[in-house]
Amino acid sequence: MQAPMESDDTCRTCSAIPGKIVEVSESAHSALVDVAGVTRQVDLMLIQDEQLAPGDWILTHVGFGLSKITEDDALGHLHALEILGERGTESYDQSRVT
Amino acid sequence: MHASLSGRANESRGEGAAPRVRFRDPQIEMAHGAGGSASRRLIEGLFAPMLFGPRCEPLSDAARVTIDGARLALTTDAFVVTPLTFPGGSIGELAVNGTVNDLAVSGARAEAMVVTFVLEAGLPTSILQAEIQAMADAARKADVRIAGGDTKVVEHGKADGMYITTTAVGSFLPGVEIDPKSVRPGDKILLSGWIGDHGVTILLARGDLALESDIRSDTRSVFPFVEAVALAAAPGIRWMRDPTRGGVATALNELARDCGLGVVVSEDLIPVRDAVRGACELLGLDPLHIANEGQFLAVVAPEFADAAVEALRKVPGCEEARIVGDVRERPAGSVLVANSYGGSRIVDMLVGDPLPRIC
Amino acid sequence: MKYLDEFRNPQLIAKAVDEICRLADPQRQYRLMEVCGGHTHAIYRFGLKDLLPANIELIHGPGCPVCVLPMGRIDDGLAIAAQPDVIFAAFGDMMRVPGTHGSPLEHKARGMNVRVIYSPSDAIKLAQSNPGKHVMFFAIGFETTAPSTALTLLRAKAERLHNFSVFCNHVTIIPAIRAILDSPDMRIDGFIGPGHVSTVIGCRPYEWVARNEGKPIVVSGFEPLDLLQSIAMILSQLQKGEAKVENQYKRVVPWEGNGAALRWMADVFQLRPYFEWRGLGFISQSALRIRESFAEWDAEQRFQVPGISVTDPKAAQCGEVLKGVLKPSQCKLFSRECTPDNPVGSLMVSSEGSCAAYYNYELRKNPKENSLCTLA
Repeated sequence: MQAPMESDDTCRTCSAIPGKIVEVSESAHSALVDVAGVTRQVDLMLIQDEQLAPGDWILTHVGFGLSKITEDDALGHLHALEILGERGTESYDQSRVT
Repeated sequence: MHASLSGRANESRGEGAAPRVRFRDPQIEMAHGAGGSASRRLIEGLFAPMLFGPRCEPLSDAARVTIDGARLALTTDAFVVTPLTFPGGSIGELAVNGTVNDLAVSGARAEAMVVTFVLEAGLPTSILQAEIQAMADAARKADVRIAGGDTKVVEHGKADGMYITTTAVGSFLPGVEIDPKSVRPGDKILLSGWIGDHGVTILLARGDLALESDIRSDTRSVFPFVEAVALAAAPGIRWMRDPTRGGVATALNELARDCGLGVVVSEDLIPVRDAVRGACELLGLDPLHIANEGQFLAVVAPEFADAAVEALRKVPGCEEARIVGDVRERPAGSVLVANSYGGSRIVDMLVGDPLPRIC
Repeated sequence: MKYLDEFRNPQLIAKAVDEICRLADPQRQYRLMEVCGGHTHAIYRFGLKDLLPANIELIHGPGCPVCVLPMGRIDDGLAIAAQPDVIFAAFGDMMRVPGTHGSPLEHKARGMNVRVIYSPSDAIKLAQSNPGKHVMFFAIGFETTAPSTALTLLRAKAERLHNFSVFCNHVTIIPAIRAILDSPDMRIDGFIGPGHVSTVIGCRPYEWVARNEGKPIVVSGFEPLDLLQSIAMILSQLQKGEAKVENQYKRVVPWEGNGAALRWMADVFQLRPYFEWRGLGFISQSALRIRESFAEWDAEQRFQVPGISVTDPKAAQCGEVLKGVLKPSQCKLFSRECTPDNPVGSLMVSSEGSCAAYYNYELRKNPKENSLCTLA
């Protein structure tokens, strides 16, 4: 008796969202992932080599984990932007993430 | 949007005028029931010309009917939500609250309603009884009398459990005149609270998505809020709407179109719960297009706006009420959403039907 | 929301904008292309064009897999689904794309069994819970999504799930970028490189853009700060006369890509000799097909497919808009015959298509005649 979902207008095929691992399954093939209070099961087969644990953040895409998010790199970005303009014309080159 | 068809009951159709049907879609699609642009095309292009004739007011949530000098508000609605029950409510509760709200945002207190059930053969009586109880409870809470009704039963496989329709009559609050044509640049846009709760609750409740969260539907009567604003700011109220199907974006687009001015809102001021944001990001939906069943939008003259917000915040459940934007000359007929870093985007009415059978 | 909100910080955005203004040479016109549809959508959603100086123009590239799918392939998928007891399963963005006789949603309204899913795994679940039906998953997407489809096929094979197949329309990004650069009408100064595709293929596959074509290419994230920082990085290279591949999206994109994902893709897929791209014509080695070893789960092998190539209406200029030669508003059908409500081409259906993005976000910022019908 349940009606299936109809269309929505945003492309699934490019959108990927960061989520936090709540619990990894025994087989380590999947995990319960939290996105701002909404939880879903995510398949981890594409990032099995990453040694994932609860508290880790991953990029999820159509129900699969695509990549582990490295906190250091994220913080590095933000820091680079924060110090923009504080060290003169060279500041951008030195702080740029490559 | 509970698009109740409006028109003066005692206005006759033009003599010999053939209805100007402008609806060209060859068949009805789910999108025509979504409350967005397709619904609008259907109503304006087929129903209105054929039922109301050439000279008709802009469509609103309730009709104004004058009988022996007494002005009454009249509205009708249908409820086809699936699943029948969901966190925070059920179809019976929606039916009462949704109908009361259509009258409320037209500036009227619901006095009485009649209800029709279309039931699917095979529906367990316990489910029906639970919904009748839900309606009775909601009617008591909303202080509206259920005066009568009708029932039909259809074969198993039709009606998806049950459909409910309602018709209600109400009396106008003194001093409140809703008219989009009275909206002026500088008028403020008020929003009662968190948006997106109902639509996301229904989506998650369907179980197809394997998403879990503790979001609940916000279904409730908004009449206490309307009454509070009317007491504090009646002369300043220009327009009101409950943003149901199609969400805040659709309601504001209707406003912009009906008054011919621009509506500009600040994205950061619009309250969205984290879990609703998360679900929307995951599903690629915009909270502005998601249905609400317990919120209301109002346009209030600037000199009354602060008093209106203050009065709203004193009503239990409306603590998040705030001004979210204002009316401007440009962009005429459109809704602009501005973000906190200087960027902006035009937000249209809902197109298509991302959330069918939502109310 | 972590990893999203920080990259929408207004103060940092203002700094990034200042940096862009500092780097941009006022004597120069910059034409930068974002390849990926997700970037197109983000640019509009966050109103980033409002923040850039007037001499930086963003050109929208062909990286929207819905947009480049020719109508004939949609017809083929619907022809399979028209067979008895077949369920057509696809992501939401496919549902309103017009085929010759209507979109999947319109077919559904006429009685076809059409289901929206949010993951290829959902298609497996559908097949498992509907043993009397055959579930055909209409798969689209670039390399971002192909690994998930590959894993799903591996699973279907391992579980011997016989009432399941995939109609594979996966395409690859590099040929699309090559087609842009080969186009004689193009003048692009630098590229904002795809973000999520690169989590799979890494950054190396773009090296020829820098080395052979002399264009900077910066792999970018999707938040406002990511895109603005990437634009600044491109300008910095141009200022110094450099051309190299850089990875702005380092928190997510590994330089070498995802080896496991690439291996699984190679197990399941092989390159088609050629494939038709809407607007770009036939491109060799640009799309994936399912290997013989998975023939049983290949919808094109299980079913007869008409395989007719359908050309777009002459007036529709999807191809030129896809390549960035024309702005959406310059197509003759834009906002007249072709609107989000009544799309002629798929660039108007997908919210990542430049026409839909332009229509939804941009159109009425510059006042233009609104064609909604009104009473009286």
